[in-house]
Amino acid sequence: MHTRVALCFPDTYEIGMSNIGLRILYAIANDMPGVWCERVFAPWGDMEEEMRRDGIPLYALESGDPVFMFDIIAFSLGYEMAYTSVLNMLDLAGVPIRASDRTALPPLVVAGGTCAYNPEPMADFIDLFIIGEGEEVNSELITAYAEARDAGLTKEEFLRRAAKIPGIYVPGLYDVKYNEDGTIASIEPREGAPYPVVKRIAEDFERAPYPVKTIIPTTEVVHDRTALELFRGCVRGCRFCQAGFAYRPVRARSPELLAEQAREALAFSGYEELALLSLSTSDYRHLGPLCDALLDYCTPRKVSLSLPSLRADNFSVELMEKVQAVRKTGLTFAPEAGSQRLRDVINKNVTEEDLLNTCRIAFEGGWSAVKLYFMLGLPTETDEDVLAIAELAEKVLQVWKKHAKNKNRGVRITVSTSCFIPKPHTPFQWAAQVPRDEYRRRVELLRGAIKSRAITYNWHDPETSYIEAVLSRGDRRLGAVLERVQKNGGKLEAWEEYFSFDRWMEAFRACGLDPDFYALRERSEDEVFPWNVTSVGVSRAFFRREWEAALGGAVTPDCRVQCTGCGAAALLKGGRRCDE
Amino acid sequence: MSRHRLLFTKTGRAVYISHLDLMRTFQRAFARASLPLRHTEGFNPHPVMNFALPLSVGTASVCELMDFDLLAEPLPEDTEKRLNDALPEGVRVLKAYDSERRFSEIKWVCVSVRLEYDKGLPRDLTARLRALYEREEVLVPKRTKKGTADFNITPHIGALTILSQSDCALIFEARLSAQNPTLSPALLVQAIELYEPDLKPDFAAFTRLELLDGALETFR
Ligand code: SF4
Repeated sequence: MHTRVALCFPDTYEIGMSNIGLRILYAIANDMPGVWCERVFAPWGDMEEEMRRDGIPLYALESGDPVFMFDIIAFSLGYEMAYTSVLNMLDLAGVPIRASDRTALPPLVVAGGTCAYNPEPMADFIDLFIIGEGEEVNSELITAYAEARDAGLTKEEFLRRAAKIPGIYVPGLYDVKYNEDGTIASIEPREGAPYPVVKRIAEDFERAPYPVKTIIPTTEVVHDRTALELFRGCVRGCRFCQAGFAYRPVRARSPELLAEQAREALAFSGYEELALLSLSTSDYRHLGPLCDALLDYCTPRKVSLSLPSLRADNFSVELMEKVQAVRKTGLTFAPEAGSQRLRDVINKNVTEEDLLNTCRIAFEGGWSAVKLYFMLGLPTETDEDVLAIAELAEKVLQVWKKHAKNKNRGVRITVSTSCFIPKPHTPFQWAAQVPRDEYRRRVELLRGAIKSRAITYNWHDPETSYIEAVLSRGDRRLGAVLERVQKNGGKLEAWEEYFSFDRWMEAFRACGLDPDFYALRERSEDEVFPWNVTSVGVSRAFFRREWEAALGGAVTPDCRVQCTGCGAAALLKGGRRCDE
Repeated sequence: MSRHRLLFTKTGRAVYISHLDLMRTFQRAFARASLPLRHTEGFNPHPVMNFALPLSVGTASVCELMDFDLLAEPLPEDTEKRLNDALPEGVRVLKAYDSERRFSEIKWVCVSVRLEYDKGLPRDLTARLRALYEREEVLVPKRTKKGTADFNITPHIGALTILSQSDCALIFEARLSAQNPTLSPALLVQAIELYEPDLKPDFAAFTRLELLDGALETFR
């Protein structure tokens, strides 16, 4: 008997097919004997309307079979705002939303992805979570499921067994008690369930599966290209960045292997773009030689090379010069904070000098558009820090005036700000988000300070960031809110046209929960966090040290300069070391 | 330098592939088939591909033509097979060949039009359709560069033949002006909606059957 897996992405086809993780997990599952894995995406509203009207349940793309027929329904959770889409997809599939209403097996509803590091808001709906990278644990889980099904185990029996697989979190096996003030009093595992569940990683990244034969969409998707993953993790320790900690320790692939993967994947796909993915591309040790090798292959075949996530340094610009031999599109940098003081607080070690130097080289090289990304509302931010963003943008403009090769073309400097969201498993997990009004005040302050017409200022509305902040550090009680939002039509809320702030606020009121409690509250040092059920391998003591260092404005060296003992090295077995 | 030409079909689920997506699909298929396309020179090089008459989304075809330039000459013998191995379901290359004829010689396109009526065919459907399309003037709003303008479709309709008829569907073939002006088969249905509203079908589907030159000979 086949085990059928529905790999569900709670967003549109165009977004989901751009996701490299989905492609990897799809390939791994289909490589297993006796397993057939298919893709499922969220339909757009008009399509959903037609489906509901004609009674067509959500179906998988390959076979067209309804999702409720599948053994395992697996969701990828990459973004909190997709939670209501998960519920909506289950509903559209005719599968009961709440785990407790699904007593039989199949279906088994599972979820993984970056958001699973705080699985609690989704705990009522998901039978089990996969914590960490799915490369190895997914196959173990599918095998365990098939055995249980063939042995006729009940769902409860199976879940108890599954909880013994390292990296599997079964929320139903944990009792959560609350204090009067709403904080968590205790989390107690039952039946020998692990606490915390430590994330799994692809330890040997050189040998981790990389699908060279992928599905090539006939319609245009957001990232329609071959993507190489240079390394997992990040040696930097930016204190706001969840991915930076969640994917520790750094594990890189050799340039020889990457070049081979690129050649094979491009030959198979016929793609005309090759992207090098990682959290911080400039930190790849062999970036220069790798790019040379790739260009040798790509240039004669008219394949363009794209390098997102470059740091603001001279080397990056030289590289860009080489890569973008013909077209010079805009350069993008993310200083995140305007003042050196605040950049030290967040441990973003890019200096003003670096940035201006890089801009100078870029302007001399003919670039004429620069995008700068910042966050407002970072811990300890003052009005001076906000105004420093305008000053920095002004300095970039001055550099252009002084060094631009061709001033006739003009210059476009774009400043963008978003509202900072404190994330679990980061040093800022204790921090409060700034209230929406305060964010808006800072936006106005900055807007007033930007004088030049060559500088454009864009800002994100704080409403989505606020809801995201609630869900990021939320607990199980938010399940009721999510359910209500979905019942009232919530879905695809990462899309502006579907997001409704009022619908969320109504649901919080109806469920008797105060969203400010989750978003705007600074936590006490030893508060029991909902996400204590998982561990990314980085110790709480390390995060606390980093939080205190942040408040003192002290920087922490990156992993290459000095290991600061975060704890993630213990995830590597067999004598491996970080970043080898 | 002679131009290479493809004769291909676009049927089944592939009718939902838009023209832009089809160009991208071919571009990738050529790369996958190890048939490198020649690119244009200049700042924004793109592969040299030229489609005879871009097809609307939803319309099927068994007679699409596309010209392309390869880096290497001449055309490999197994071009059809190599491309078909690389193309998605529904897009099939029938023939790859060299041609000197220019697409501007295409005068007519023969289209089969399938009209579906869930509650059965209306009475006198064929006679009334013929009468409609034989009128001197049937004005239908047509999108132009400057908005919409009324467009008289009947001078651009050639022969009309009934291909088959069942309880709920009528299929007829029409010869329509291919270019200057282009008469899209969708306008035939729009004319029904405007002038014979009770004949409005519940569903209409179109398939391009053949391309003809001014002498009504098959164009290749
Ligand atoms: S253990 Fe040390 S080197 Fe490894 S990720 Fe943590 S801080 Fe970096």
